[in-house]
Amino acid sequence: MTTSKAVAWEPVTAQAIIDELKSKPGALLPILHAIQDRFSYVPEEAVSLIAQALKLTRAEVHGVISFYHHFRTHQPGRHVVEICRAEACQAQGSRALESHVKATLGVDYHQTTADRNITLEPVYCLGNCSCGPSIRVGDDIHADVDATRFDELVEGLKTDRVEIL
Amino acid sequence: MTFRIHVPSDTTAKARGADRIARLIEIVAEEHKVDVEVRRNGTRGLYWIEPLVEVDTEAGRYGFGPVKEGDIESLFAAEFWKGDVEHALALGLVEEIPYLKRQERFTFARLGITNPVSLEDYQANDGFKGLENAIKLSSQQIVDAVKESGLRGRGGAAFPTGIKWQTVLDVESPKNQKYIVCNADEGDSGTFADRLVMECDPYMLIEGMTIAGLAVGATQGYIYCRSEYPLSIENLNLAIKTAYENNLLGADILCSGNHFDLEVRMGAGAYICGEETSLLESLEGKRGLVRAKPPLPAIVGLFGQPTVVNNVLSLAAVPFIMDKGAKAYADVGVGRSRGTLPFQVAGNVKFGGLVELAFGPTLNELMFEFGGGTRNGRPLRAVQVGGPLGAYLHEGQWDTPLGYEEFSQKDAVLGHGGVVMFDDTVDMSEQARFSMEFCVAESCGKCTPCRIGSTRGVEVIDRIREGKNVDANMELLSDLCETMLDGSLCAMGGMTPFPVQSAMKHFTEDFVKNAVSATQAKEV
Repeated sequence: MTTSKAVAWEPVTAQAIIDELKSKPGALLPILHAIQDRFSYVPEEAVSLIAQALKLTRAEVHGVISFYHHFRTHQPGRHVVEICRAEACQAQGSRALESHVKATLGVDYHQTTADRNITLEPVYCLGNCSCGPSIRVGDDIHADVDATRFDELVEGLKTDRVEIL
Repeated sequence: MTFRIHVPSDTTAKARGADRIARLIEIVAEEHKVDVEVRRNGTRGLYWIEPLVEVDTEAGRYGFGPVKEGDIESLFAAEFWKGDVEHALALGLVEEIPYLKRQERFTFARLGITNPVSLEDYQANDGFKGLENAIKLSSQQIVDAVKESGLRGRGGAAFPTGIKWQTVLDVESPKNQKYIVCNADEGDSGTFADRLVMECDPYMLIEGMTIAGLAVGATQGYIYCRSEYPLSIENLNLAIKTAYENNLLGADILCSGNHFDLEVRMGAGAYICGEETSLLESLEGKRGLVRAKPPLPAIVGLFGQPTVVNNVLSLAAVPFIMDKGAKAYADVGVGRSRGTLPFQVAGNVKFGGLVELAFGPTLNELMFEFGGGTRNGRPLRAVQVGGPLGAYLHEGQWDTPLGYEEFSQKDAVLGHGGVVMFDDTVDMSEQARFSMEFCVAESCGKCTPCRIGSTRGVEVIDRIREGKNVDANMELLSDLCETMLDGSLCAMGGMTPFPVQSAMKHFTEDFVKNAVSATQAKEV
């Protein structure tokens, strides 16, 4: 879900993804994942292509997209930051972290910062329950995140990190 | 001489910086001209000492942890690669650490010892022995062994696994296709044992599912893994690929002529898809709406065919049972809870991690003798066992033995073995509100009490928290909980009231505190 690698909408690419996966049993979720992985969201244009390939109505495809929290229909910021809201993290101070994050970024859940850098999402458990509060940035999960640690992480997201090691 | 060093690679170890530690050890070793081979193991599941760096010696593995970047130089100065050396982070022989030594690691025997995706490591540590035994047996004999083991569904429902398998074995498939579906949608907060299987020992799940396939005559398996677990999906796919290349999956398993195909499917952030019928809908490419039962998935399951739906831990227990014998598994436990359960100690806990034990010890032993109490040293006040749909337990209940029936007698559930500890700063009315709020976010929407009731629940709890008509609203909330319990098809609506009711009953003071102050304000 690191969106910086995502490419702009391109119907030919989308059709190729759909054609490759459409004969799988229960192909809709694998297709939606592949589309979102490539384009960082599921554009409206993709819905009719998918519906046609799977012999579904557009409403059926839309219904599936809107059912699942993971799928999004608008382009997110360069980074998606997910804050764990579940009980194990609550017990370790995630409510305070949550307030800090919203105040620092100036956005609520499902919103993107004005500079289009960070989209904030809630997540219900990252399976890192002994070392919370936990957050996920792209595919990386961070443990023991307090306000200071979060600010450092955000600082790192402002520029593309160059791996020195 | 090359010294072998193990640096863990599961999500939590990585989240605590293990990747960078591994890389730094290699770099500093080169600078110091020490010949080391850094290998990545899974994790021992002792999370407060992660990243736990282990070094191989003739006496066994010596551990150092938790290792931070700033510790690398001093570790090298102490020549840590020799194992038994003086250092502030030295933990001695890892397997002698009491937290680990006191466990009964049946399912997790290889955890942290092997490299997760190394087939060689897996096979060198009893891997695929269960499958080799199973392949010599008839389907009925495998099912009988699982029945004898007393294994019950580890996802939380605790239904006897052998009986489920028997149903699928006995029923005929209209399309001559049966399925094994692994429920790896581990959405319960406080649980991570499924993740540990998939990230750290993925071949064990492959082996367990293949044996299930032989047992019921299924040739296709799906692992439905949540999208929140990217590393699980990556390691499973690597292991599946290797298994295919070595005739451990595919058309001719271990040259026996048996066929089993396996594929990982990714969920999409819907908690409800951990409910088995919702999961099947999702696998079919639909919205995860819960199905009415009957028919049971064992009879009409995936794509309408007979389907075994088992949790990761149920399937992961099977290789042990087929290797060491059903009796070895059934010999431990308490009452009707046989074998072991990998408990997960989480939340505000000093020594959090995976604790695999035979059923029977008390919750207190788990939270204090293993967990060491709260992380911040404050008094423990409430414990939620069994995920977001599990009841909150108060101090008077912590002596309950860890067993399915033992917990249900206390109006609680053991569920998937997740234990989330809260200190005395917790506001239980806020926790109850969250339970309802979570149900609002995650209800599939099929049943009205769950879909609408949860929203009304949030509103009523808000009024209680504001001190408005507390007595009447508490009664209304009790009523609402009953309606949800009785009027919902699945556990989402049917169990969301458990944490709410338990909070209301055992922590009433947190609900009425504002009512009292409102009255006092009036009197003043």
